[in-house]
Amino acid sequence: MSDLFADIEDRGLEYVGASRIEGPLVVVDRVRDVGYDETVEIIDPAGIPRMGRVLDISESHAVVQVLEGTTGLATRTLRARFLGESFRLPVSRQMLGRVFDGLGRPADGGPPALSADRRDVNGMPINPFARRYPREFIQTGLSAIDGMNALVRGQKLPVFSGNGLPHDRVSAQIIRQARLLDEEVEFSIVFAAMGIKHDVAEFFIRNFRESGALSRAVMFFSLADAPSVERLLTPRVALTLAEHLAFDCGQHVLILLTDMTNYCESLREVGTARGEIPGRKGYPGYLYSDLASLYERAGRIENSPGSITQMAILTMPADDISHPVPDLTGYITEGQIVLDRDLFQRGIYPPIAGLPSLSRLMKDGVGKGFTREDHPILASQLFACYAYVKRVRGLADVIGEEELSPLDKQYLKFGEAFEGTFLNQGEYENRSIETTLEMGWDALSVLPKEELHRVSDELLRKHYRSEPGRQAQDQTRLAAQQL
Amino acid sequence: MNVTQRAEPCATRISGPIITATGMSGAQMYEVVQVGELGLVGEVVRIIGDLATIQVYEDTTMLKPGAKVLCTGAPLSVSLGPGLVGNIYDGIQRPLPGIEAKSGAWIRRGEKVEALDNARRWTFEPLAAKGDTVGPGQVIGQVVETPLVTHRIMVPPDVSGSVLSIVGKGDYTLLDPVAVIGTPEGEREVTMLQRWPVRQPRPIRERLRIADPLITGQRIIDTFFPLGKGGAAAIPGGFGTGKTITQHQLAKWSDAEIIVFIGCGERGNEMTEVLREFPELEDPRSGRPLMERTILIANTSNMPVAAREVSIYTGITLAEYYRDMGLSVAVFADSTSRWAEALRELAARLEEMPAEEGFPASLPTRLAQFYERGGAVTTLAGDRASVSIVGAVSPPGGDFSEPVTQHTRRFIRCFWALDTELANARHYPSIHWLRSYSEYAEDVKGWWEGSCPDWEDLRTEALTLLQREERLQQIVKLVGPDVLPDSQRLILFIAEIFKDGFLAQSAFDENDMYCSPEKQVALLRLILTLYHRGRDLIQEGVPLAKVTGMECVSEVLRAKAALSNKELHKVEELAKRLAEEAGELERQYMKGAACYE
Ligand SMILES: Nc1ncnc2c1ncn2[C@@H]1O[C@H](COP(=O)(O)OP(=O)(O)O)[C@@H](O)[C@H]1O
Ligand SMILES: [Mg+2]
Repeated sequence: MSDLFADIEDRGLEYVGASRIEGPLVVVDRVRDVGYDETVEIIDPAGIPRMGRVLDISESHAVVQVLEGTTGLATRTLRARFLGESFRLPVSRQMLGRVFDGLGRPADGGPPALSADRRDVNGMPINPFARRYPREFIQTGLSAIDGMNALVRGQKLPVFSGNGLPHDRVSAQIIRQARLLDEEVEFSIVFAAMGIKHDVAEFFIRNFRESGALSRAVMFFSLADAPSVERLLTPRVALTLAEHLAFDCGQHVLILLTDMTNYCESLREVGTARGEIPGRKGYPGYLYSDLASLYERAGRIENSPGSITQMAILTMPADDISHPVPDLTGYITEGQIVLDRDLFQRGIYPPIAGLPSLSRLMKDGVGKGFTREDHPILASQLFACYAYVKRVRGLADVIGEEELSPLDKQYLKFGEAFEGTFLNQGEYENRSIETTLEMGWDALSVLPKEELHRVSDELLRKHYRSEPGRQAQDQTRLAAQQL
Repeated sequence: MNVTQRAEPCATRISGPIITATGMSGAQMYEVVQVGELGLVGEVVRIIGDLATIQVYEDTTMLKPGAKVLCTGAPLSVSLGPGLVGNIYDGIQRPLPGIEAKSGAWIRRGEKVEALDNARRWTFEPLAAKGDTVGPGQVIGQVVETPLVTHRIMVPPDVSGSVLSIVGKGDYTLLDPVAVIGTPEGEREVTMLQRWPVRQPRPIRERLRIADPLITGQRIIDTFFPLGKGGAAAIPGGFGTGKTITQHQLAKWSDAEIIVFIGCGERGNEMTEVLREFPELEDPRSGRPLMERTILIANTSNMPVAAREVSIYTGITLAEYYRDMGLSVAVFADSTSRWAEALRELAARLEEMPAEEGFPASLPTRLAQFYERGGAVTTLAGDRASVSIVGAVSPPGGDFSEPVTQHTRRFIRCFWALDTELANARHYPSIHWLRSYSEYAEDVKGWWEGSCPDWEDLRTEALTLLQREERLQQIVKLVGPDVLPDSQRLILFIAEIFKDGFLAQSAFDENDMYCSPEKQVALLRLILTLYHRGRDLIQEGVPLAKVTGMECVSEVLRAKAALSNKELHKVEELAKRLAEEAGELERQYMKGAACYE
């Protein structure tokens, strides 16, 4: 039984007792003047407030989702204080260089962010009419990305990974190396960690520190030992700050959300506790809309110079790309970088899968006037040839490599060159786009000219090497001389 | 709070986009209501006694029980009149440019903007005279809406009688009466603005058989799996297989007179892309900017889910309105799966019993109702017109056995199955030639045969070759290609040429993005000629490698992109050179064979 306890300050109401506690949910009866999605503080027996929000409100009761866990709460003693507004985050530029918890409270011993500007963490949808189409090529220094799945500023491009694959190293390398070709700007980094381990968080902090990015990075940590439901707010909190930095302060923000699979699991947990009808694999039917409300908070808008480039990392359960989390993500994001266990086991770094990876915005950010004229065709031809390699490998498994036709054998050679030199590179190797493109032509030149159907005669004349490897060697030598 | 009898309708429960309200006994099903101080727009979807369930098209954050509910007395309707073309609306027909002007880059809740500009003056030209007897849908005047669209002003569907007065040619706003019609019920003023409830199909005189193809300029579609004007097609595929790009291609190049593109629960940037590109692209037939015949509905994935559910109806209603003017309209819905998911999400909140995979049992009916609003028709005014519908389907995990794909198949006659493997190999459009079909091929045959009498033979031969290749590939996968005789390996070779040189079509290549029907036929014939010549040569004993090594082969492969639609004569020249080269090969070989003898 809950009783009206007292009015707190001028807004906010406090009630004592709950009629039900189940999973992350608390039901408070007979509340009044409480709104849908209102922020609540549930005060535990020790007097410590835990954040929550209203999921369902009627005249008889409010269903409150407790973000910081219900452990230790008792129906008779808990107190619920309704704060009279939805969940807000004070935002300011001063938050760069700081570490916060998953709900945006200081976690580095520093003072709370001071700002009169408090934003609803749910944000508002960007008007499609007010968006600016992202077009500026970001050089990540990784050939697999720059050459074939190029990233542009304002894109949302997630990394689909699996347990034990080096997604952290790959994304740290991207953050370290990302730059524009003709503009000296440094990205501000917003890092949202959901349910990842301490050592992973530390790995990123160390990386930011080593590359001198720490002062322009802000971190929100809801680590593995934090209450799982808290994670539902963490990306929203981080995106709210990112929007402020990008669209109010005009900064170029790179936001890293990891690991989205953990986020989705929390969502499933709450859905189950509410007794909702589950969709695929027990995830709620609104998983798509919920993920979209996060992923779509990226891009560029009119009348602001800033941008949000979004990289979400997710681990595919059992490496299954058709699992609802990667599947729905791929339906929303502007492509995906897929890590491949087979490449990884063969020692290739970064193990970026050649075929299922895709950058949907590449077409508008590469080519003449952006990178180089031959870039789109080269990428398309590499994809086509690599797809054929996969077929030949399949055939070789059946009939044996010796039985292959000479041409098919050449494709196998191309496959080796492609994976071994083009894809494969050092964790600290930062390739210019020119180097990447030349290496791409080197790989293609392993094949006879006639096989490169997608390349025009003119481009073939310019780039096909009759003597494989020659030009790239020149290029590397040149680069070495410049150093 | 004590329990007094409430006279005023107000909310009692809020759960996301679904709210319950009491005092609603006077409400009608699907009536539009406004909720709370912001006047959030919603629609009544269930009435039980005094209680109504309302689905709200805007975010309900901080809405409280007790919030006032204002009934408007009308079902959800759209405004119809000049000014729709070139515009972009959200799911409930709020113009996005107007919203931006009011609330900046973000869509704030409760924003109200008229769908059409009531202050703007349009030049109305009367096409009826005083004393004329007119009925529903009859044209009484016209307005040049854009250089591509002449907008007919029609008598509303519920009005008939004689014209008592009609204004002369001049400039009027949408609210100015342009005619007065004497009806049995009294005088009715007619303006250039009509309202129509979105969930109700607009009336027609009769349905017609489909006879004309919707020419899309996409080879695999027009030649192999054509859509008829007034037909319905589905384009299912996993993420990244090319649903959106294909629909964009169709929206750009189809020979429909009006395009309605519904971005339903998909990406914001894709709509931005259309907004950026369409004004700059030229219609291949008129040379005018494509935006002058296009209407966009954008209810992207992050916009409220209830409005996503409605966006489909909003779009199809606008399409029907232009159809009623006697135009051919094409509607693209990207993606119908997101719409179905909106239904599911709302049904779950309504605590309805779920059927397959959580979708409401009404899913098939709703799909059928949507696709049935397309068709080739005679309008009330007696004109031939059509609404063609292309719906993208986004099956979870790319698996076509799921309910939305399966039910959609029952209501469409053209199925463009996108294939992940093809897309991964960057073979676009990744429409799979063996898993796709079109029942319209039969209907539109006559149209093609007007200019190409052997169209059906060419098409069938090509498709058969592709089918044979598939079977041969099964063998190759087991034992390698070496066991096959040259005649069969030639089929493998020609199939590759079909795939690369005909079926694959880049949306980004200047010459290739739109392929005229004439060029389609020319390329098809060219590749088949290569096949026939090759077959003859092999029969005469010429080794396969000689055939595949002919110089013109790579030109055949590149013809689609190297030659523009205007350079058909070059395709013919190429065919001639092909014949010569084959003839040369034949002579060489005959000589060699003769020597050997
Ligand atoms: N006809 C085409 N020509 C060239 N590229 C294409 C074509 N169709 C699709 N693509 C490529 O595939 C990517 C994904 O296509 P898209 O239509 O966005 O997929 P979907 O809507 O099915 O998720 C695009 O970004 C583009 O790079
Ligand atoms: Mg799409």
